[in-house]
Amino acid sequence: MSRAGHRHRDVAIISFAQLPPVARDAARDEAELVQPVVNQALAEAGLTRKDIGFTVSGSCDYLIGRPFSFVSALDGVAPWPPIAESHVEMDGAWALYEAWVRLQQGDVDTALVYAYGKSSLGDLPAILTTQLDPYYLAPLGIDGISLAALQARALLDSGRASERDLAAVAAARRGGDAAALLGAAYTVAPLRAHDCPTVADGACAVVLAAGDVARRSARKAWIRGIDHRVEPHQLGSRDLTCSPSTTTAAEHAGVASLGAIDVAELHAPFSHQELILRDALGLGASVSINPSGGALVANAMMVAGLARIGSAAARIHDGTARTAVAHATSGPCLQQNLVCALAAEVSP
Amino acid sequence: MDRDDGVLEAPYRLEYTYQRSTGPVIGRFLTGLRDGQLEGVRTAAGTVMVPPLEYDTQGAATGEAVKVGPAGTVTTWAWVTEPRREHPLTQPFAWALIKLDGADTAMLHAVDAGSIAAMRTGLRVTPRWRAARTGSIRDLECFIPADAASAAVADAAAAAPSVTLFPSPVRLDYTVTAGHHLSVYLRAMQDKRIVGGRCPSCTKVYLPPRGACPTCGVPAAETVDVADHGVVTTFCIIRIPFDAAPFPPPYVAVAVLLEGADLPIYHLVRGIEPEQARMGMRVKAVWVPDEQLGPTLASIKWFEPTGEPDADRAQIERHL
Ligand SMILES: [Zn+2]
Repeated sequence: MSRAGHRHRDVAIISFAQLPPVARDAARDEAELVQPVVNQALAEAGLTRKDIGFTVSGSCDYLIGRPFSFVSALDGVAPWPPIAESHVEMDGAWALYEAWVRLQQGDVDTALVYAYGKSSLGDLPAILTTQLDPYYLAPLGIDGISLAALQARALLDSGRASERDLAAVAAARRGGDAAALLGAAYTVAPLRAHDCPTVADGACAVVLAAGDVARRSARKAWIRGIDHRVEPHQLGSRDLTCSPSTTTAAEHAGVASLGAIDVAELHAPFSHQELILRDALGLGASVSINPSGGALVANAMMVAGLARIGSAAARIHDGTARTAVAHATSGPCLQQNLVCALAAEVSP
Repeated sequence: MDRDDGVLEAPYRLEYTYQRSTGPVIGRFLTGLRDGQLEGVRTAAGTVMVPPLEYDTQGAATGEAVKVGPAGTVTTWAWVTEPRREHPLTQPFAWALIKLDGADTAMLHAVDAGSIAAMRTGLRVTPRWRAARTGSIRDLECFIPADAASAAVADAAAAAPSVTLFPSPVRLDYTVTAGHHLSVYLRAMQDKRIVGGRCPSCTKVYLPPRGACPTCGVPAAETVDVADHGVVTTFCIIRIPFDAAPFPPPYVAVAVLLEGADLPIYHLVRGIEPEQARMGMRVKAVWVPDEQLGPTLASIKWFEPTGEPDADRAQIERHL
């Protein structure tokens, strides 16, 4: 049930597959990244390609510098005879949102969502600069780590977190001792290497189902709600120490109606962003946060957000969680945020 | 270039030479920068937004220009020890959000503070202008701590038209990899061999080989040798000269279905008058001299007619 009271069609995540992210996968092209995860996700869902009503992907051609790379990747889905297909030039989490909306129309019951990212070919900081305001930001050449560092400093200045708190997040995700991490040199102060994401090449796929297909499925993580919100692109017009768009998306996704939350998978590429997101979602100490390791440990661009949703669903599939919140982000300093509320039980 | 795993790689640069139009509000701000002045814009709520945008965060149109600065206060900052090529300064510097005096929002720029120890939130800074200004955010070279400032005043502006356009180039450098299957194909070229990949499911031979059969959803991984002669499935005659053209026009580009392959490759045909090009024509590869062979399709100079009788249309029908 949405906040406005309209009943959504119940949709479940019935399978999730991902490549183990590696720093550089030179041998595989985009279709070869996609093919194994699509095959695995379909097999785990007990479906074939012909059973899929709608296919949608998320990727970014700038990462490999090749126009229509997402069309090449379609070879990995075996789209012949022709399929109903769409693409977003975004993280695959937004492709999943499109698939969920598509399933609301009621004429198809299944959707395949996949994402791939190969950052190892290019100069990622320079590529991310091209997504910025072309008048006031891009000409300065500011990169993603520097932008995140401005946000981290703002958070530290607010008194709500210390460099030790950032190191504690890094230690929790990467292993190691927070105090020892603080001895490392700054990358872009106040961020150290452990506070910044380990960028990876990777791919993942999710199968969604509604109606009878969902009910028959062996594993279901029901999407109780999903929503995404965006903040102004002008950094100086935002309060970088909090994430109001995440809070609003969570309200509209019905996170509150889940009751106690067992697991949260947060797309926080930087350590301080996990702290901001925990606050924005009001997650208490009882919530298991990023048991997958999260985007700090493996940030496959365009994949990491969808992988958060898939990883949260996998915890419901394996019975270790009854409820979960998954989050994905896009743009500098958590500019745009998507929240997905998941549960083992279908909406009451 | 060779890698340990046999995958070919090569440098690749993507460049766009865009110019951007500014619109009236951003254009007014950039014109001000060119003339050594800092201006914000009044929002419907009465606040002053810097740098100015056409609309405020509530979606209301912004109004009159308001003089701000030139000094301001750092609201947050980050310290760069290794500046990148694109950055505004070559020595270590701070990025900062700076709230200019009279403004309600902060703008991003660089601060040349000398050392991290000189930086702090709340630091007062003042601009360092470039001598030659063009109407760009980079007309401000950076900001500097106000106490260190012999706050150089920008030279008086000569009367010049308003800024409405500015160059906005994009340059991205990549090291592209050919992937495993394409590398096998390209390497064979240096031995005058043409290698396809067979799908184990539908038995189609793809040229070049590919890691995924788009019909079957499995890797088309078995490599098979394909002949260096075949049949023209379709062609076009290029009559327009352009920078990268291999020959002066007119010349003929063809799709050639090589014997043993199920997909045509694209190349050029020489050795005939363009008007004689036709579907079904049999052609053969002309390789470059041995010492020029390399892991590239350019190892085949072009194709030439063999003079044999043309193939039936039925033979090429399903490859069109
Ligand atoms: Zn096949």
